[in-house]
Amino acid sequence: MSKIIKTENLVYSYQAPEGELPIRVLDGVDIEIESGTFVAVLGHNGSGKSTFAKHLNGILLPEGGTVYIEGMNTQDEKLILEIRRRIGMVFQNPDNQIVSNIVEEDVAFAPENLGYPSDDIRIRVDEALKVVGMYEYRDHAPHLLSGGQKQRIAIAGVLAMAPACVVFDEPTAMLDPKGRADVVNIIHKMRDMGTTVVLITHHMDETIDADRLVVMADGKVIMDGTPAEVFCHVEELRETRLDVPETVDILYELNKEGYDLDLKALSVEECAQEIYNHFN
Amino acid sequence: MLKDITMGQFFPGDSLVHRLDPRTKLIMVILYIAALFTAKSYVSYLVMAAFLIISVRISTIKFKMLFKGLKPLIIVIAFTAILNLFFTTGEHVIFEVWRIKLTWEGVRTAAFMLVRLVMLIMGTFLLTYTTSPISLTDGLERLLNPLKKIKVPVHELAMMMSIAMRFIPTLVEETDKIMSAQKARGADFETGSIFQRAKALLPVMVPLFISAFRRADELAIAMESRCYHGGEGRTRMNVLRMEKRDWITLLVGVLVLALVIVLNILGL
Repeated sequence: MSKIIKTENLVYSYQAPEGELPIRVLDGVDIEIESGTFVAVLGHNGSGKSTFAKHLNGILLPEGGTVYIEGMNTQDEKLILEIRRRIGMVFQNPDNQIVSNIVEEDVAFAPENLGYPSDDIRIRVDEALKVVGMYEYRDHAPHLLSGGQKQRIAIAGVLAMAPACVVFDEPTAMLDPKGRADVVNIIHKMRDMGTTVVLITHHMDETIDADRLVVMADGKVIMDGTPAEVFCHVEELRETRLDVPETVDILYELNKEGYDLDLKALSVEECAQEIYNHFN
Repeated sequence: MLKDITMGQFFPGDSLVHRLDPRTKLIMVILYIAALFTAKSYVSYLVMAAFLIISVRISTIKFKMLFKGLKPLIIVIAFTAILNLFFTTGEHVIFEVWRIKLTWEGVRTAAFMLVRLVMLIMGTFLLTYTTSPISLTDGLERLLNPLKKIKVPVHELAMMMSIAMRFIPTLVEETDKIMSAQKARGADFETGSIFQRAKALLPVMVPLFISAFRRADELAIAMESRCYHGGEGRTRMNVLRMEKRDWITLLVGVLVLALVIVLNILGL
């Protein structure tokens, strides 16, 4: 499989007020992401995960190291539109991503910027709205929709570019449970459609279905593997102020009481099966 | 409570006026205003009134809505009318008290000014009632396009206008929220002199501004992420097209203006 994203020793610091040292948020991040996979990036506030996301489409440029998107360096100004067309980005606050007063006009924003012909834009917009299930709302005003619906519009706005990869930067942080479930479903749908998905989050339950889970702390990648592999390291995760899914927690607590259970159970069924097997 | 603001309100519909190209409507409003200000006689005002009434009828917008739009401007209209009433010089004096003189000419100018302003406002309201803000800015951008040659940032201005309109409801909602939050902490916006009340709004304005700047920053990043790079090479999904009905409408507009000018020359 080809690598869509590749970062090499990525370093970035935010400017601090005068007289203070700059704050280093990314401290040597090396990540390769395979095309067509669903990668979740988990980290506590201040772990550098959002800063990392903003490097993937050249919104921020590395202070040290390089970022390659399908072999293109993000520091090459001539390639920036090509890179942004391939890497779509969805942010936390749906309100601050919507440009237009009409849903379909907003979804059309990206293809319009790319200079596609009108008929082509119409097809892309209709398709994107159908994927997120908001086609019936195409002539509504976004401010009258719910937070979850607005976020779906924002996702459609990115999908209309037909990106190879979509980076979600905490897309559910401001949504109610219903809106959150809808967004998570769309993420799964996109993975099934073959789009590479990078999900930045601090909700560990959203990462369970990922193909790969990367844990970041203090600007570094501290763990990298399948969700089942990563969540076994209960103590290490808690040291970085992250939690583990309840299923793993139950098995972990049982192990503390002297049992010997396998921690690799992420769904309730797997967890129940593990306990059942053990006591039989 | 702030949600009731009816600024630049748009009533969707499917009438001929709704379907006209926004550029046609903008030019019509300009022609209409020009005709209003050239009109000098009763006959020409009648022509203009007939034109307005027919347009409103076709648009299916209710006159009640247009009068509603006048409400916030009553003071301005009344003030202009009163100024004209007493400061027009003339010979046919009705009465004179100290230095204030009321003349027939004054009454006539004031009445004309009143009718002119009311018709002007109703005409422009008809434009905003029947045209969505987005197509209005679109039309404006296309109309002003030739100015790009003399380095006027037409696209940027149109983009700013449409983003401003997009964020009006969001910021209104946010103002409501901040006011409730400050009220919950004991802020008082309703009593005291006008200065005290203005001062009480300060704790609302500061968070509102800070949040607006944060929003602007995030929006800019989101727009860049969606490949925004200015107006160059940008296409549109809905392309504006001048139809037969647009040309006919414009012809009617020019004819009305011509008629008013002819009436002036004939001295009617």
